[in-house]
Amino acid sequence: MTIDPALRLTGLSKSFGGLRALDDVTLDVAPRERLAVIGPNGAGKTTLFHVISGELRASSGTIRLFGRDVSGLAPHRRVALGLRRTYQITNLFPALSVERNILLALYGLRGTKYDALRPIPARGSVVETARATLRRVGLERRGDSAARELSHGEQRQLELALALTGEPTLLLLDEPGAGLSAAERAAVGRIIRDIPPEVTLVLIEHDMDLALSLVDHVVCLHNGRVIAHGTPDQIRQDDAVQEVYLGVPA
Amino acid sequence: MTGAPRTVLEIDELRCAYGLATVVESVSLCVPERSVVALLGRNGMGKTTLIRSIMGLVPPAIRSGDVRYKDTSLVGLSPHRIAQLGMGYVPQGRHVFRSLTVREHLDIVERAPAGSDGERWDVDRVVALFPRLAERARHRGSELSGGEQQMLAIARALMTNPDLLIMDEPSEGLAPLLIRNLGTQLLSLKGSHLSILLVEQNVNLALELADDVYVIERGRIVYHGSPDSVRADATIRSRHLGVG
Repeated sequence: MTIDPALRLTGLSKSFGGLRALDDVTLDVAPRERLAVIGPNGAGKTTLFHVISGELRASSGTIRLFGRDVSGLAPHRRVALGLRRTYQITNLFPALSVERNILLALYGLRGTKYDALRPIPARGSVVETARATLRRVGLERRGDSAARELSHGEQRQLELALALTGEPTLLLLDEPGAGLSAAERAAVGRIIRDIPPEVTLVLIEHDMDLALSLVDHVVCLHNGRVIAHGTPDQIRQDDAVQEVYLGVPA
Repeated sequence: MTGAPRTVLEIDELRCAYGLATVVESVSLCVPERSVVALLGRNGMGKTTLIRSIMGLVPPAIRSGDVRYKDTSLVGLSPHRIAQLGMGYVPQGRHVFRSLTVREHLDIVERAPAGSDGERWDVDRVVALFPRLAERARHRGSELSGGEQQMLAIARALMTNPDLLIMDEPSEGLAPLLIRNLGTQLLSLKGSHLSILLVEQNVNLALELADDVYVIERGRIVYHGSPDSVRADATIRSRHLGVG
């Protein structure tokens, strides 16, 4: 018996008007794999995430999560199957406390009816779960702060915490290190390394030191197509990747 | 003419706050003509607050101190007035117009240089810097990738032909090859009439470009020196910048 890949993309394409943002992408990501997606700006990396998460519908091709065809499913149905993602530009509820941000995510996942006229119930096991999630990203002391009061680095940590709520099986991280100082990037690297190994991870990242230290495979996109796929060492030495992405070392 | 170079931007004991929260406690800083000044520091230390205050963006509010551009105080001036004086601005987070095309972004801001000695930035020249923008000329802001939006934000600021360019993390979201190209291009601008105030998390890029480095910590300048002195000072690098 063969194990289904965590993610299987088959002939995936996405066009915007005349622009082919994704062009016949076929890719398997094994369970527990850690994969980096690299490529020049505009190569189609974030579009790929949008199509996998269901925020954009593919023009053609199929997406399978753990063997199940999700190509026609709405984003929240894919979340129910264990898919989570983060965004290049942080997406939080700025006026709510850090803990409330997490609680909302947890209630969303549990399908609890949210009553806008009543405060979010904030006691019991769900609060414990929220606090445990904050500990995983090093924000346990910031639970009462409004999200907008966090530094940019802490906001990225909170976004990671949101993505980690409720046992994800496949996590898509879009430039987790963007805009972070070297020290903050190192902290985010540690958080990502501590994500349980059973979570399959796909990340977009331009900081090669960070990206290549976190993954066992790399795929390089260019003009919507896969131009290289291999281990970090193979990718570093790949002529095409050097030419379009890394630049030949001076 | 001999003597010390003229100062383009002078910040004098500036204090800025969001409501009751003072984020910039006291910052004095000076950008001499034809130089690149880097402002470094971890996130949350007040860099973007300072930059927004210089550009007249509210919030934050300036509580005390002064910002002068070529002897004109900018305190209380609106952002468009400040831009008209010859200051270009690349905001953190890009802020491109979703409904305008790349070409429209560039055309609406184009302005002749204030002085006559500088090389003029026009569409051809910014496109030579970022060829991708030519391929995307007819695409709207909402159709660009994050990195393409960053290129557009930089190109848009250059099209105003500023005397002083203020860049808040221009390398964010750019692929390694483009960061290298950006560094090379900015280096080639050094010594032209353009002065640059650069906020960067990419310490190596900043040290490569800058003539002068300031480090900000909790709203105060804690270090001012040359890039070489930063490279040589392990304490500054580890304590304030978090790099080995």
